Amino acid sequence: MNKTRVSQLPFHLMLLPGVVLVLVFSYGPMFGIIMSFQQYIPAKGFAGSEWIGLDNFRYVLDMPDTFTVLWNTMYISMMKIAAGLVFPILIALLLNEVRKNVVKRTIQTLIYLPHFLSWIILGGILIDVLSPSSGIVNHFLAIFGIKPIFFLGSNHWFPFTIVLSDLWKEFGFATIVYLAALTSINPVLYEAAIVDGANRWKQTLHVTLPGMAPIIVLLLTLSLGNVLNAGFDQIFNLYSPQVYESGDIIDTMVYRLGLVDAQFGPAAAVGLFKSLVSFVFISVSYLLAYRFANYRIF
Amino acid sequence: MDFHMTTGQKAFNVLNQIFLIALSIVCILPLIHVLAISLSDKTAASAGDVVLWPVHFTWQSYSYVLGKPEFMRAFWITLERVALGLLVNMFLTILLAYPLSKEVRVFKYRTVYAWYFVLTILFSGGLIPTYMIVNQTHLIDSIWALIIPGAVPVFNVILLLNFFRGLPRELEEAAFVDGAKQWTVLWRLFVPLSTPALATIALFTIVGHWNAWFDGLIYMNKPEHYPLQSYLQTVIIKTDLAMQSARDLDSLSQVSERTSKAAQIFMGALPILLIYPFLQRFFVKGIVLGSVKE
Repeated sequence: MNKTRVSQLPFHLMLLPGVVLVLVFSYGPMFGIIMSFQQYIPAKGFAGSEWIGLDNFRYVLDMPDTFTVLWNTMYISMMKIAAGLVFPILIALLLNEVRKNVVKRTIQTLIYLPHFLSWIILGGILIDVLSPSSGIVNHFLAIFGIKPIFFLGSNHWFPFTIVLSDLWKEFGFATIVYLAALTSINPVLYEAAIVDGANRWKQTLHVTLPGMAPIIVLLLTLSLGNVLNAGFDQIFNLYSPQVYESGDIIDTMVYRLGLVDAQFGPAAAVGLFKSLVSFVFISVSYLLAYRFANYRIF
Repeated sequence: MDFHMTTGQKAFNVLNQIFLIALSIVCILPLIHVLAISLSDKTAASAGDVVLWPVHFTWQSYSYVLGKPEFMRAFWITLERVALGLLVNMFLTILLAYPLSKEVRVFKYRTVYAWYFVLTILFSGGLIPTYMIVNQTHLIDSIWALIIPGAVPVFNVILLLNFFRGLPRELEEAAFVDGAKQWTVLWRLFVPLSTPALATIALFTIVGHWNAWFDGLIYMNKPEHYPLQSYLQTVIIKTDLAMQSARDLDSLSQVSERTSKAAQIFMGALPILLIYPFLQRFFVKGIVLGSVKE
């Protein structure tokens, strides 16, 4: 009826500032990716720099550490995805069994907190606490006769320290989604299970877990988009040259290559590789989530 | 209902609560330890006597940190950044979420615009090209470099547009019948009705701007332009830089490198701890909000 009467102009005007900003600062860099095919020199800009085809990619592939970096990235991110899925589900299930609301809320207040602190703060705390000479963790281990462990300086320990400290920051917050899913399970199902003689463990197994399955599958699918995100903010603040072998990831490599060594072309080439792979993974994961969980982002 | 429980269930409940309480205490022990160090005197801290309670209690580290001009300057830059960033981000989020929340039959190009923004979540140019764009737009060493490149928070826009869609349509229709313009409906109707969603997004934005450090590090050439978290990155994390200042520091005062670092860590976290009660009230709501869809 009044379809034709709604003026479209106010909508376009409202969108204009956002469209322009995104054009410059999101689409601009996408266009700027052409620099990965150039001998890029900032003074000459995108238009004036010399085209060199795939030389930047060849250069990166010939670097000795490239495959280690790729391996580290996937190894750390996969461990994070697995730990970040299993542990919060477990804690959400246990929290759900706590009947006293005061206890439950206190626990939640404490475990959500690290999520809101930056990796600068948490990194500073970890560096102090994990120090092999003065850190309290190693003082504690010494009571049991364990020799000081250099958690952040040994290639053996570094990836696990990263995964565990990331879990520390994020597991509490991740339980929120699962707790929400738990409350949406129909209580009638539990009553039916109790009538059938199911104890708490059986109820968890046959009512709670199947009830949570859709959200678990959804979050697992969406986490696919993160296979090349091993956590720049965290690793950048915790690593050092002695753990490059086990802890250097794509993002830290791009940073050093581009902004420290000023090898803009090769750094942009690595960035393009990461963006392309991530694009495929994110698109596929959203598509899968849409198909099987009817998930839509907007 | 407790009396229905068997002994096994009671035992499980007790063990479960003990486990969860222990786990949550472990989560904040590192924070308490560092707080205790920051309030201890330097000999006790370096001797490793401090566990969870300050030894030889002193405010020395804090008065040292608060008297450091670099720290205070960075603190003010961050406050400025949070205020400006909050203003710009909220304004754009509201302005974008409104048209995008309309149905295609009301706003014909809604889907085109929506994809235009969502594409930036799926694909990005990466660090180096982004840096070059910020460089070419002459934002380097200006506070706007910390605000403008991230001025459009697409995730928050999606959160808010989903909330807008959940509002009762009758109100809006009544307003239009009374001759209201889109602009009026947005600011007089949608915005007041969305305070819980807006409060959530505002808190997320404040936390995001307070915690951001990498943009400051790369877009500011001069350390005196660093916001607090970038400044702390160079002082607490990059030990090689901190070493030099720590040496003259030790000779000058009763504060050691370790206690002063601990005090700065705690000061950097303090504003977040102060707004944490509000955060907690809103963020669960915010997470659930994002999933309100038709």
